[in-house]
Amino acid sequence: MENTPFIHVQNLSYSYVGEDDKPIPVLKNLSLDIREGEYVVILGHNGSGKSTFAKLLNLVVDDYTFAEGTITVDGVEVMSPDLTDEEVLNLRKNVGMVFQNPDNQLVATVVEEDVAFGPENLGIPQSELRARVDEALATVGMTDYAHHEPHRLSGGQKQRVAIAGIIAMKPRCMIFDESTAMLDPVGRREVLETIEKLNREEGITVISITHYMDEAARADRVIVLSDGQLVLDGTPGEVFTHSDTLRAVGLDLPQCTAVSQHLITKNLPVHGEINTPEQCAEAILNAWKRM
Amino acid sequence: MKGFAFGQYYPARSVLHRMDPRAKVICAVAYIVASFLCKNTFSFLLLLVSAFALILISRIPMKVVLRSIKALIFIMAFTAVLNIFWIVDTSEGAAPLVDFWVIKIYAKGLYHAAFILVRILAMVIGTGLFLTYTTTPIALTDALESLLRPLAKIKVPVHAFAMMMTIALRFIPTIMEETEKIMSAQKARGADFTTGSLAKRAKALIPIIVPLFASAFRRADELATAMECRCYHGGEGRTKLRVLKYHGRDAFALIFVALFIGGIVAINIFGRKYGWLYTM
Repeated sequence: MENTPFIHVQNLSYSYVGEDDKPIPVLKNLSLDIREGEYVVILGHNGSGKSTFAKLLNLVVDDYTFAEGTITVDGVEVMSPDLTDEEVLNLRKNVGMVFQNPDNQLVATVVEEDVAFGPENLGIPQSELRARVDEALATVGMTDYAHHEPHRLSGGQKQRVAIAGIIAMKPRCMIFDESTAMLDPVGRREVLETIEKLNREEGITVISITHYMDEAARADRVIVLSDGQLVLDGTPGEVFTHSDTLRAVGLDLPQCTAVSQHLITKNLPVHGEINTPEQCAEAILNAWKRM
Repeated sequence: MKGFAFGQYYPARSVLHRMDPRAKVICAVAYIVASFLCKNTFSFLLLLVSAFALILISRIPMKVVLRSIKALIFIMAFTAVLNIFWIVDTSEGAAPLVDFWVIKIYAKGLYHAAFILVRILAMVIGTGLFLTYTTTPIALTDALESLLRPLAKIKVPVHAFAMMMTIALRFIPTIMEETEKIMSAQKARGADFTTGSLAKRAKALIPIIVPLFASAFRRADELATAMECRCYHGGEGRTKLRVLKYHGRDAFALIFVALFIGGIVAINIFGRKYGWLYTM
C-alpha cells in the first residue's frame, strides 16, 4: 500500500453541458497522482479547469454526462455509478473542501455550532463532538471566538472557522479552492499559516488551488493546468524555471524568482532555489559578498 | 450594521433567560390559553398581576416591555372602543350609563373593554417575556424542532424547516450588509432613493433588489455545495452539539403555569356560582 497514491487520476476528461446539450470541454485527458501528506498547489488561469477538478474530487459536480476517466481516492473509485451513499459520505469526510467565499460556507449563527456541523452530520456522539470542536478551534487559533456570531468576524477569521469546520470531520486531505482570493493581506497570511500548519503538523494532504504565485512557492509540489490540460508538474523550483511556459498560460513568476532570474541573465552570481523573499534576500546578499 | 441584534432578545440574568426554550414555548402557549379562559373581574385581575410579576421575574426594564406594547396601541384602542359602543346589556334592570341619540353605553361594555385590554396586554407581555425577550432565535428554533419532532412521523419535514430557519437567521445580517453596499454603490452612480413620488421611489429600489436577488441565489448555490461537502444529508442520523436539557426550574415553571390555569378555572366556576362581578 506504501506506493499506492492517495489520489489517483487517470485520463480524466470533463465537459459542462452547454446550449443544445453540446459539451463544453473543461478538463482534457488529465492524469496525475497525489500521495498522502503532500502539499500540492494547483495553478492555473481563470477557466483552466482547476476548480472543476477540485469539485470532481468531492463529487459535488451537478452533471456527469460528459465525465470520462477515473478518479480513485484511497482505493475507492469516485465516479463509479454504484457508489453507495455511505461511500460518498466517507469520501467527503476524508476529502474536505474549503471554498472561496467564507460567508457562503458557514451555516450556523454561532462559531462553535458551525464547526460542529460536519461531525453532526456524520453522527458523531455528543461527548466526542465537544472534544472535536474544541480541538479544531484550537488548531486554527479561534478558541476565544467559540461563542461569537460569524458575521462579526473578519474575512480571515471566518475562513479559519470554515477550515475548523472541515478539520472537525478529521479529514485526511483538504482542498482549498481559492480560499485566500477574497481576503485582505492579513487574512491571507492567517489562512496560509493555518494551511501550512495542517500539512506539517497534522500530516493532512493539502491541495490548494490558487492563482497567486507566491502561494505556490511555499508548496512541496506545483501543478500547472491550462485549458484543462496538465502543463507543468514539479517542485516550485523546477516549475519556475519554465518562465516562458508559465507566461504562455497567463501566469507570472513570483516577483522574487523573476528578480533573481533577471539578475542571472545580467551575469550576477545569484545561486540556489529562490522562491520566497527571504531566499531572494539571502542569495543577493551572498552574491554581493562574493563580488 | 455590526451592532445589529436579532429580534428583540434582551440579554439579562434571570430565571426566565435560563429556562429551557421548550418549556418556555409550552408556558407561552399555556399563558395564551389562560388569558382566553378568564371570564370575570377577579380572573382578569389575576391575569394582570401575573403579567407584571413576569416582567419583574424577567428583570427586563419596564420601558423595554412598554415599547412593544406601544406598537399595538392602535389595535388595543380600536377593540376597546368597539366593545364600549357595541355591547348591549340585555339583562333585567340594566340601564345604559349614557343614552344619547344612537349611542348607548352600558357598564357591561366598559367592563368588557377593560377585559379585552387586559387580555391583549397579557398575551403580548406573556409571549414576549417567555419567548422573544428571553430566548435567542436560535434557541427558539431548536425548541420548535424538538417539540414538533413527533410530527416527523407523519412526514412533516420538521428538520428541514428548522434548518431553513437557522440559515435564514445566519444570513439576515450578511444580506443586510450586502444591501447597504449595493445602495452605496447605486448612490455613487447617482441613484436617488429619498426624493420624488412614492412610485418614483419604489422604482428607484429596482436597481437594489435585482442585484440583491442575483447574489442571494448565487449564495444559496454555493452554500448548498459547501453543505454537501460537509456531509449534510438531511436530519437522519444527525447528532447535535447542543442538547436541550430540562432542569428543575423548568418543571417548577410548568407546574406553576398549570396551577395558574387551574386557579383561573376555579375563579370562573365560583364566579358563576356566586354571581361575581361581570362575567363575560
